[in-house]
Amino acid sequence: MNTDKIPEDDWLYEIKPKDNFFSLHLQEIWNYRDLLFLFVRRDVVTVYKQTILGPLWYLIQPLFTAVTFTIIFNSVAGIETGVTPPFLYNLAGIIVWNYFTTCLNETSDTFKKNAGIFGKVYFPRLIMPLSIVVSNLLKLSIQLLIFIGFYVYYSLAGVALSCSPFVFLFPVLVIIMGVLGLGLGMIISSLVTKYRDLSFLIGFGVQLLMYVSAVMYPIALLQEKLPDYAWLVRYNPLAYIIETSRYLLLAEGEVSMFGVLYTLGITILLFFIGLLIFNKTEKNFIDTV
Amino acid sequence: MHPNRVILKAENISKQYRLGTVGTGTLSHDLNRFWHTIRGKEDPYLKVGEVNDRSSKGTSQYVWALQDINFEINAGEVVGIIGKNGAGKSTLLKILSKVTAPTTGVIKTKGRIASLLEVGTGFNPELTGRENIYLNGAILGMTKKEITSKLDEIIAFSGCERYIDTPTKRYSSGMTVRLAFAVAAFLEPEILVVDEVLAVGDAEFQKKAIGKMQDISKSEGRTVLFVSHNMAAVKSLCTRGIVLENGRLKFDGTVNEALDVYSDINKSTEFKVVFDDETSRSGSKNIQFQSIEIFNQHQKNTQEFSIGDDLIIKLQIKNNSTEKRSEMGIQIFTTEEMPVFHMMPRDSNFEIHHENEIEEFQIQLKDIRLFPGLYYITLTSASTTGHQVFDCIQNALTFEIIDGGAYTSRNLPRAAGLFFMNPEWKKI
Repeated sequence: MNTDKIPEDDWLYEIKPKDNFFSLHLQEIWNYRDLLFLFVRRDVVTVYKQTILGPLWYLIQPLFTAVTFTIIFNSVAGIETGVTPPFLYNLAGIIVWNYFTTCLNETSDTFKKNAGIFGKVYFPRLIMPLSIVVSNLLKLSIQLLIFIGFYVYYSLAGVALSCSPFVFLFPVLVIIMGVLGLGLGMIISSLVTKYRDLSFLIGFGVQLLMYVSAVMYPIALLQEKLPDYAWLVRYNPLAYIIETSRYLLLAEGEVSMFGVLYTLGITILLFFIGLLIFNKTEKNFIDTV
Repeated sequence: MHPNRVILKAENISKQYRLGTVGTGTLSHDLNRFWHTIRGKEDPYLKVGEVNDRSSKGTSQYVWALQDINFEINAGEVVGIIGKNGAGKSTLLKILSKVTAPTTGVIKTKGRIASLLEVGTGFNPELTGRENIYLNGAILGMTKKEITSKLDEIIAFSGCERYIDTPTKRYSSGMTVRLAFAVAAFLEPEILVVDEVLAVGDAEFQKKAIGKMQDISKSEGRTVLFVSHNMAAVKSLCTRGIVLENGRLKFDGTVNEALDVYSDINKSTEFKVVFDDETSRSGSKNIQFQSIEIFNQHQKNTQEFSIGDDLIIKLQIKNNSTEKRSEMGIQIFTTEEMPVFHMMPRDSNFEIHHENEIEEFQIQLKDIRLFPGLYYITLTSASTTGHQVFDCIQNALTFEIIDGGAYTSRNLPRAAGLFFMNPEWKKI
């Protein structure tokens, strides 16, 4: 060991009551990247152990939801989806929406769910929510495969389907969505450690949010039918994400440059607020959780 | 390596906890605190000065689990941290392992600190032993490469080769502990924090674990902070001891001195103790101990006995219920918290029948044969079936066996034994 050259006051690190508010310890997270990978692996490997259908559950849930939506919103309520079959239209919206909600739901539980392990050993807490967002990517890609399957099926059946020439930008949209879910999740998980009320709010809040996020209808339709309440959707960054991804995948609906930039701005803002609150909480949450 | 290089330094460490539940009051306290902060005033809830004594009620809703702890630790030292339950040992370890931040003060370190707070943390029962080694190692701060290079050693040390590709949910609890300790033992931090891990596992494994800890400190020159109730383990492992009492640092010095200070804390000079609401006790309160008193065979109140004396225990109990019968347990412990023996009325064909509210019982232990030293008495009252504990008081009273007396003609150090026996010898 060659450490005796270190002068007396040169400490490796210090454990202090309060840190600089803006220090994010990103270097530390990089040092623990193997842990991130192992957590993702654990999530993926263990989630459907001892189930008969296994990863098929990834597919069953969006398929059944899409069928239900098609019956209620398209057959009964009569929402028009253009040339795209309503089932495919709903499937695209649901898959994208699911990714966001699972990210949000699972990250918002970080501190409460992991209090046991967080109370015993230190590692950068941010690894936990990050691993959730990453492991859900796998779920999303499996669901996208089933979407592609149906896309091919409908094309062969003679439906004139097309996707946007910018479809290669879809991963960017997924990242924005993941970061938005992560940011919101971090804020909520930090507050939940003290105020449990929020975990009740999040339960039904997410459900209500779906109805103002243009999951089963185009933004334009709402503007036309309910102009007084359209602002609810227009200021919702999620609605733009859903609408844009539908445009990329199915060339349905419209893309507004304002919408995309607005979403991006909100996402970055929420992510940094989340990161700051999360970092502040991780130091002492174990005393209050 | 420089022999006296300071590797860890704690300066004025204090930790405050809020008592009671976190509820609706929390928000108002938070707002009040925020209001004080923005006006540049002090936190109104950080009152320094109240001593953390869990048996007496304080006035403040906040309590200091640690107060003004200062120490320096040199590289290569093995330091035992000892103290009674609630003295602040675990809180100190939590701060050292970065699980929670101190309320005031700072800890400076020149090495990586890894904690072995409770083995098996982060084990996923669905994953195999091998997968869990990786996961647990990474949680403890190792990289995948480091783990791979040590994988064979870890598996060999754990003694679980045969089951290494079986999910850990099929492991016995002992095997899980072995595996987890093996992972942690092969960590390579400069400072290792260990809390009570040796309390689990069988005797063979404990020996192996203590041996490994000695290796870590002696041959590899790493620093170990060791918290334990097992005074024998502390004595054999540590070179230095820190005694905590009520959240304050009571003593810092050699391990033998520290152990003496620790037993002095526990030593009471009383031969009669009256229990009340302030006594730390557990149980359903159907029947409660009122007092304990000890005598010798001359009916003289004392807490010092010689080998061969009679130890007479007088107990007063109060029946707060309609229980007609009950059982009682009297357990004797050494200062190392090792149980020595356990006595129940039924062993002596005696039954406890309750007729009056307050009753007294006398237990006469003839001819005690314990080696000189301090011993604690723990009292338990329970239902005859043993399903319900009415009252349990740990360390109710301390007595001491002193050198000398009718039988002893030589020095009897505790290291030599626990029971004094003088069998009949003859040449055949």
